[in-house]
Amino acid sequence: MKGFWRDAVEFFPILLNGVALTIIVTIGSLLLSTVLGLVWAMMRVSGIKALSMLSASLINVIRGIPIIVLLFYLYFVMPDLGVTLSALQAAILGLGIAYSAYQAENFRAGIEAIDKGQIEAAQSIGMGWWLTMRRVVLPQAVRIVLPPYGNVMIMMLKDSSQASTITVAELALQGKLIASSTFKNTSVFTLVALMYLTMSIPLILLVRHFEKRAGKR
Amino acid sequence: MIELNDVHKSFGRVEVLKGITASVEKGEVVCIIGPSGSGKSTILRCINGLESYDRGEISVEGLKVDRDAPSIVNIRTQVSMVFQRFNLFPHRTALENVVEGPLYVKKESRAQAFDRGRALLAQVGLAEKADAHPPQLSGGQQQRVAIARALAMQPKAILFDEPTSALDPELVGDVLGVMRKLADDGMTMVVVTHEMGFARDVADRVLFIDGGVIVEQGPARALLNQPQHPRTQDFLRRVLHPL
Repeated sequence: MKGFWRDAVEFFPILLNGVALTIIVTIGSLLLSTVLGLVWAMMRVSGIKALSMLSASLINVIRGIPIIVLLFYLYFVMPDLGVTLSALQAAILGLGIAYSAYQAENFRAGIEAIDKGQIEAAQSIGMGWWLTMRRVVLPQAVRIVLPPYGNVMIMMLKDSSQASTITVAELALQGKLIASSTFKNTSVFTLVALMYLTMSIPLILLVRHFEKRAGKR
Repeated sequence: MIELNDVHKSFGRVEVLKGITASVEKGEVVCIIGPSGSGKSTILRCINGLESYDRGEISVEGLKVDRDAPSIVNIRTQVSMVFQRFNLFPHRTALENVVEGPLYVKKESRAQAFDRGRALLAQVGLAEKADAHPPQLSGGQQQRVAIARALAMQPKAILFDEPTSALDPELVGDVLGVMRKLADDGMTMVVVTHEMGFARDVADRVLFIDGGVIVEQGPARALLNQPQHPRTQDFLRRVLHPL
């Protein structure tokens, strides 16, 4: 135990560099997946058949490819096609695209949960599709969507470790590098696990808060 | 101002409207009565394009109702609707519900929209509930907010789709009172209702619909007191003397 604390003091600052990258990857891919997920969901509920089918197929293709393969593709294959991405860019793009499929399904479920009467009421005062979405449907869907959205945030935080496979020195890779050069596997990986947990706890509390609020009405 | 000419409408293989021809004049109050499933609500919903119709033509002030044409927005701002289940926006206050259309569809100034919104809430007897959210209001209060929301569009006519059917009996009177005042002020109204007392006292004309056709129509008092058609007689007997 004493050894662990000594190791912790020694490795913590190096691991913090990894934490910074973990947070950057998580936030970056969260934003990207949210925007893309919203676009897919809107296409899905647009009522325009071509858009809805395009979005459904996109979602299925994305869902059917493992994240790690998507990352390899972006990082190792894209340069052959003339598009060179930094490891960090590829990580954010890959995770963002991968998660956009889940976000889209989540958003769609939220939108479709809104009572049809709400849409009719909006139409009956002359609102068009977009205004109905913006003023009536989406503000109500947010309440429904937030708890699962929080869960996605937690999953993304942990899945950001997959960026390590394309050389992004985030927390997991940083830990692996230290462990393989010091052989202090127990200390290092315990520390890494605790650091992920520490970042997850605020998110877990946030989800609980969302769930309470959604349950109110 | 509202004309229906031989309107047909099917849901799948079920034909719910089998050639409806009717008109509503400016300032007129027309009640539509009939058994459930007879197509009463569908007529209303076709008039403001919430439903499409298959054949025939509906027009409002000479403008053809086509729910896929851009002109439908124009028609909907002229013909408001009040729903059976109120359909207020639960995430907005009573006042915000009322000003939503004027602000975002008609692009009125905030000051003007909110001033008129408050006046309309006062008109339906809910001035003190302006900041309440719909879930905090009783059914009767919600329906009166919904009427204020419809009025806020300054419509030429209002369609009421069974406005009191979802209300507890003791709350029906408040809503009917507001509607009666509107009628007295000369608002053009088409009301699908089971409230025969309201139809008799307030409506100018009553249409009795059964099986997707207008079985009988005429001045409210005459039709309700001396129905001519046996189906009308039978329906009224069962509504007025259920036991």
